[in-house]
Amino acid sequence: MSAPSVEPVPLPAKRRVAQLAMLAFAVLIVMAAYAAVGMGIDQKIPSGMLTYGLGLGGFMLAAYLVLARFAPWADPLILPLVTLINGLGLVMIYRLEVGAGGRGGASATTQLLWTAVGVVVFAVTLIVLRDHRALQRLTYTAGAAGLLLLVSPLLPIIGEDINGARIWIKIGGFTLQPAELAKLALIVFFAGYLVAKRDVLALAGRRLLFIDLPRARDLGPILITWGFSLGVLILQKDLGSSLLIFGTFIAMLYIATQRTSWVLIGILLFVGGAVLAGLAFDHVAARFEVFLNPESNELFYRELGGSAQLMEGLFGMSQGGILGTGLGQGHPGLIPLAFSDFIFAAIGEELGLTGLMALLMIYGLLVERGLRTALAARDPFSKLLAGGLSFILAWQVFIIVGGVTNLIPLTGLVTPFMSQGGSALLANWILIALLVRMSDAARKPPPQAIQDEGMTQVFQR
Amino acid sequence: MNGTLKRAALACMIMFGLLMLNINYLQAVRAEDLKQDARDRRNFYARYEVERGLITAGKTVLAESVPSGDTDTPFKRRYPGGEVYAPVTGFFAPESTRDIERAKNDLLDGSSADLVIRRGIDLFTGKTTKGANVELTINPKAQEAAYKALSASGKKGALVAIEPKTGAILAMVSVPSYDPNLLAPADKAKVNEAYNKLDKDEDKPLVNRAIERTYPPGSTFKVVTMAAYLKSDDSLGPQSQVDAPQRLDLPNTTADLPNYGGAACGAGRVTLSFALEKSCNTPFGKIGMDLGYEAMKEQATDFGIGGDPLEIPIPVAASSIGPEEDQAALAQASIGQRNNQMTPLQMAMVAAGIANDGVVMKPYLVKKVADAEGTEIETADQDELSTAMSPENAAKLREMMVNVVNLGTASAAQIPGVTVGGKTGTAETAEGRDPHAWFISFAPAENPEIAVALIVESGSAGSDASGGQTAAPIAKSVMEAVLGR
Repeated sequence: MSAPSVEPVPLPAKRRVAQLAMLAFAVLIVMAAYAAVGMGIDQKIPSGMLTYGLGLGGFMLAAYLVLARFAPWADPLILPLVTLINGLGLVMIYRLEVGAGGRGGASATTQLLWTAVGVVVFAVTLIVLRDHRALQRLTYTAGAAGLLLLVSPLLPIIGEDINGARIWIKIGGFTLQPAELAKLALIVFFAGYLVAKRDVLALAGRRLLFIDLPRARDLGPILITWGFSLGVLILQKDLGSSLLIFGTFIAMLYIATQRTSWVLIGILLFVGGAVLAGLAFDHVAARFEVFLNPESNELFYRELGGSAQLMEGLFGMSQGGILGTGLGQGHPGLIPLAFSDFIFAAIGEELGLTGLMALLMIYGLLVERGLRTALAARDPFSKLLAGGLSFILAWQVFIIVGGVTNLIPLTGLVTPFMSQGGSALLANWILIALLVRMSDAARKPPPQAIQDEGMTQVFQR
Repeated sequence: MNGTLKRAALACMIMFGLLMLNINYLQAVRAEDLKQDARDRRNFYARYEVERGLITAGKTVLAESVPSGDTDTPFKRRYPGGEVYAPVTGFFAPESTRDIERAKNDLLDGSSADLVIRRGIDLFTGKTTKGANVELTINPKAQEAAYKALSASGKKGALVAIEPKTGAILAMVSVPSYDPNLLAPADKAKVNEAYNKLDKDEDKPLVNRAIERTYPPGSTFKVVTMAAYLKSDDSLGPQSQVDAPQRLDLPNTTADLPNYGGAACGAGRVTLSFALEKSCNTPFGKIGMDLGYEAMKEQATDFGIGGDPLEIPIPVAASSIGPEEDQAALAQASIGQRNNQMTPLQMAMVAAGIANDGVVMKPYLVKKVADAEGTEIETADQDELSTAMSPENAAKLREMMVNVVNLGTASAAQIPGVTVGGKTGTAETAEGRDPHAWFISFAPAENPEIAVALIVESGSAGSDASGGQTAAPIAKSVMEAVLGR
């Protein structure tokens, strides 16, 4: 037997200085982008640069301090990445607001305020939620809350119908998009539920051909989720949220049970639902038509459900080309809703392919950090929760960006952290807080054994 | 669960990979087609985003880009010269361009490959690239005098003045004209309405009569016939005698060729100079028939008629003496009738060629193009187009044309103290319709500085319109403007 090692077990580095430097770098990029907007529009550094830039910097510093105090072991990359995306979104909204002369719905000040609220909520989540496993006890509460939030726009009085989709509620002068918050609650529910039931869902069943089919009675959960997704689609005309929630559920089901059959069943159910919806509802069929042939003149000039918005986005990105027109020098104002669903196209016009590739890389890195957290997590609930949250981020980016770039049919969803809108920003900052909390837990070194205890006794049987 | 998490991570990677592949395809490949789409208003805005260069004539600004106050279309085009210069400047409309605005578009908007160095410098110094400035050969005094004289009392017609020694176009006027400012706003609907109104106008204000339309040149063409005759025999001179019957029998037809108004022209035989002074038809009809179609055609070609289409740099309609037919047709073509069709510019080139010792210079409108910082990008080449006559024959013809002004039909073109040479034309159009009144001239005959051709269209100057009475005074005012009289 060799002498016991006297070297301490290496700890994962906290990398606080690196995190702070990256954070400062992200804020600097955002401030430079503000300056570029001003130079592009009227050859002046805009007065907003300091307000918006330092405002963002201040909020992020606060977020950093809370993180350093309450989740010191958290992944150092997550916060700077989110700061950069959130900041670039602010710049684009500011640019659209200035370009439209204040008309047209883009408001950088409102978005900055919501960013502040988002950071506060981020901080509160980190401070209050010291152990995320507490959420596991709230599995069914979260499920109920998620469903309630999801259906709340259908309720009388508070429900609001905007642009043909019934996905808003109005409370005391604020309009909220509860689906964004619902997705968090539902993921918590899925994670808690699947951790409890995964063995049953994974093991019982028969083998048919190459795949293991589950028992018929175990199909319950997936059918119920499917039903709810279809309900959202039909009653609220919200294709995006429906696809988002169902897809995430399937992914989490797969992660939990390791059964490919669930994925296949999910895809079959989804395709079936989509075909049925397409046959039954004009607005769903129109999305497909537009997706397949956006350039058709007839669709372009159709008043409702036409391809004009998609085409304006494609025109913008085409004019942007490889390098973009430069901030403040394109015409992203021509794209309807450029500040919300189509912000990706607006960025593509002014920052070009280069900017979009960089942006997708940032999103990709963020998702990767989240999934790494899931891999490193020490209990199944954390793994599933972190995996689900990371996946929904990637899945949401895929659905909206794919839609805007004509890769898949367009369904309305916000681009996380970029699109104007308080509820989404709030929900996504909570999502990040949860990831940070879990990352802290996963990376925190386990209590160290006392080293000089003498030889460990080894028993063998 | 780590195995499935890794597979989920792979799925995320594939999703991002697909998004990235798709935007690469979209912005690098599909963009090429999408960028051309007419439904994209960005293409329309892009036209008004550059500060286009100036179009100037001497110190006079003919077209300029001024801030419009609109953020989508920051610049708008303005034409201080208005209708007077419209046939030269053309216009820059939302969906089309014309004339100099069209011919020099890539220089005016700064996109020309010749401006690549300027754009490179601007990129590094952070300046916005402006378009290059185009300076024209137009002499504002001549242009304005011509427009005033021609448009007076509702006449229609065109005038071209050339500097004989260089080919520089000093004036190019077409009346009635249009106001290019009407077509300049960044507003498709408004401009299309204005354009359609102009396009439907019976007077065809959008047609540049100086270069886009051909007319029978009438008696002004007799100088070409004369040039061909002088070439056929070196011994011929202004005092050589020719037959001048009252009516010329046209072979194989029942018709005869009379003189103007059926009058006698001299006493059976006249000198060449007299035939030109009085514009007798019969001698020139006979000369044409005697020389034959080939000789006439060759002479016409030497004056630039029917050669490669000219671009000044605006494209010019082709002139032609008509196809080879019978002798009767040739006799008529020789006095500028039948299928003989000339642009006013072509007749100005004939006058300029005679004035310039027989050498026809290639006409041009653009004197110089310089970038916004004043660096020259191109200057006009003064090219010989062709040699139409020997210097000796040119001198003989000049002498006869001076006689036309001093002794003959063009006394209205006399300028005190200056030797003016000219030739009138009164071209029949159709039976019962008023004639076109033509005049071509040059001055001073000893050292020509200007050659002019102009037409006053049939029906716009009364039934008694004639080259001498109607057209010659207009040419005189333009020549005076250039000579500083």
